[in-house]
Amino acid sequence: MIGNSLRWEMNAFVGFIERQKNLYRRYWAWEAVWLLYNLVSVLSIGYLASGLSSLGLENSRVNFQQTQLYLLIGALLWTYLSMVFFEVAFAITWERWEGTIEYTFMAPIRRLTHLLGMCAASLIYGMLRAAIIGLALVALFRLDLSGANWPAALAIFAAATLPLLGLGIFTSVLPLLSPEKGEQMAFAVQGVLLLISGVYYPISVLPLPLQVFGIISPLTYTLDGVRQALLHGLSLAQALPDIGILLLMGIILVPASVWCFGRAERRAKRLGLLKRSG
Amino acid sequence: MAIEAKELSPQAVEMRGITKRFTQRRRWLIGGPRGKEKRALDGVSLQVESGRITGILGANGSGKSTLIRVLATLLTPDSGTASVFGYDVVSQPADVRRHINRVSVEASFFKEMSPWENMLYAARLYGSGGQGTRGRVEAMLERLGLPLDTLDKPMKQLSRGQQQKVAIARSFLTSPSLLLMDEPTTGLDPRSKREVQELVRSIRRDRAATVLLCTHDLQEAEVLCDRVVVIDQGCVLADGTPAQLIREHGIEHGTLEDAFMRLTGKRLEEDEEKDE
Repeated sequence: MIGNSLRWEMNAFVGFIERQKNLYRRYWAWEAVWLLYNLVSVLSIGYLASGLSSLGLENSRVNFQQTQLYLLIGALLWTYLSMVFFEVAFAITWERWEGTIEYTFMAPIRRLTHLLGMCAASLIYGMLRAAIIGLALVALFRLDLSGANWPAALAIFAAATLPLLGLGIFTSVLPLLSPEKGEQMAFAVQGVLLLISGVYYPISVLPLPLQVFGIISPLTYTLDGVRQALLHGLSLAQALPDIGILLLMGIILVPASVWCFGRAERRAKRLGLLKRSG
Repeated sequence: MAIEAKELSPQAVEMRGITKRFTQRRRWLIGGPRGKEKRALDGVSLQVESGRITGILGANGSGKSTLIRVLATLLTPDSGTASVFGYDVVSQPADVRRHINRVSVEASFFKEMSPWENMLYAARLYGSGGQGTRGRVEAMLERLGLPLDTLDKPMKQLSRGQQQKVAIARSFLTSPSLLLMDEPTTGLDPRSKREVQELVRSIRRDRAATVLLCTHDLQEAEVLCDRVVVIDQGCVLADGTPAQLIREHGIEHGTLEDAFMRLTGKRLEEDEEKDE
């Protein structure tokens, strides 16, 4: 009985990944435009760092190559993190836009399967896109990653997945609460994360109240940890505190966000918001 | 996936005193206008026997779609109880969902995806989708008269009639015991309409499924339905076979349309009297 139920849910889980793959393929022109946009954004940050040396800072103690790496790692990670966040957060908006929200919500599957399926598809696609941009960076910039500790960086990156998905699911609740304004609110959340998580600067430069928010953002630990591992060769043992914090955040955020989603779904059913037009 | 009929309650649908109100949300500003309340369903009680086609007749805004959405577990009623094959729609939604599927007036498809991709997605959600699914889908679409070269085209390139046929084929794929059809022929040309109506007949003939058909096409209801329930402003006005309704509420040698007009017209007069 449990085996059958698990098989049923696994089948649906694969269905969501398969569906997203088909959608990405069918909307290939959009996807190509977004990829180009992401690539150009990351390259701009890289060239901005290159240009620092011609802005009269030559004699300062700035290590331009380290600065460029610092910014490029931030830009690449943000591209990946924001893309995964966007895909998960817009899971509901997309269904509403396509007019399939009722069909998906009346399917005989657990909501957790639905959300995890969307998350898995986003992670796979996000990594693929980040890898393409990463390859372009390696080709265009002479990046010195000789001192990088890749296992530590990958471990932090993997640990960041859980809290990132938790944040994404939390944000996907917004379009359930407000069909009209939920989408814009998701963009606002993404903007706040960019500001407080130290994507292009250490959070210590932020005013104190924003630093507090930065400390509770999982992206802060992801960016900081990956940078330390790639720039300064942070060992796996040294990365354990960051990994631990990220896992703890994930353990709290994922169940909390799924619970919140369930509450929001019940509210939407009570108010009649679970339809195409809201 | 298909649940044996013998396992299921003989009563496909049972609704008792279902009420659903919608309130226009208030503005956040103090002193803003109060939320306006609309009663979409007003104490609806209804029983639908298994294996029959039951029509829900009503004008636009009469509460037909709200009723369907309650049964589809997409809307929680304010009061009353509703069950599908003995499973409560509020407390046992997962059990209800395994037995139902829905064909709505709007094509609920990913429009850039092909019929095959949409149907594969549906099959996955309903516990299949492995080997042999493509063959089943092709056979089904062929039976519905859809050219096989449409199978891999984006849905948006198909006509409304073709899209509706795919929607019906998709619902067949999941073998529902109760098929909720919300105005499946609205907006179709006469030929497509007739083809879809023939499909509805075949569901009962070949699949022994129960169909709840919401429509405001009275001719369609007369030819397709074993039983008709007329609702207006969220209330059940009449319930019976088309012949019964014509006899009791219509005019001599009249049609279901005559009976419907008299029923809903009477209601309008009653409301006007109340207002006065």
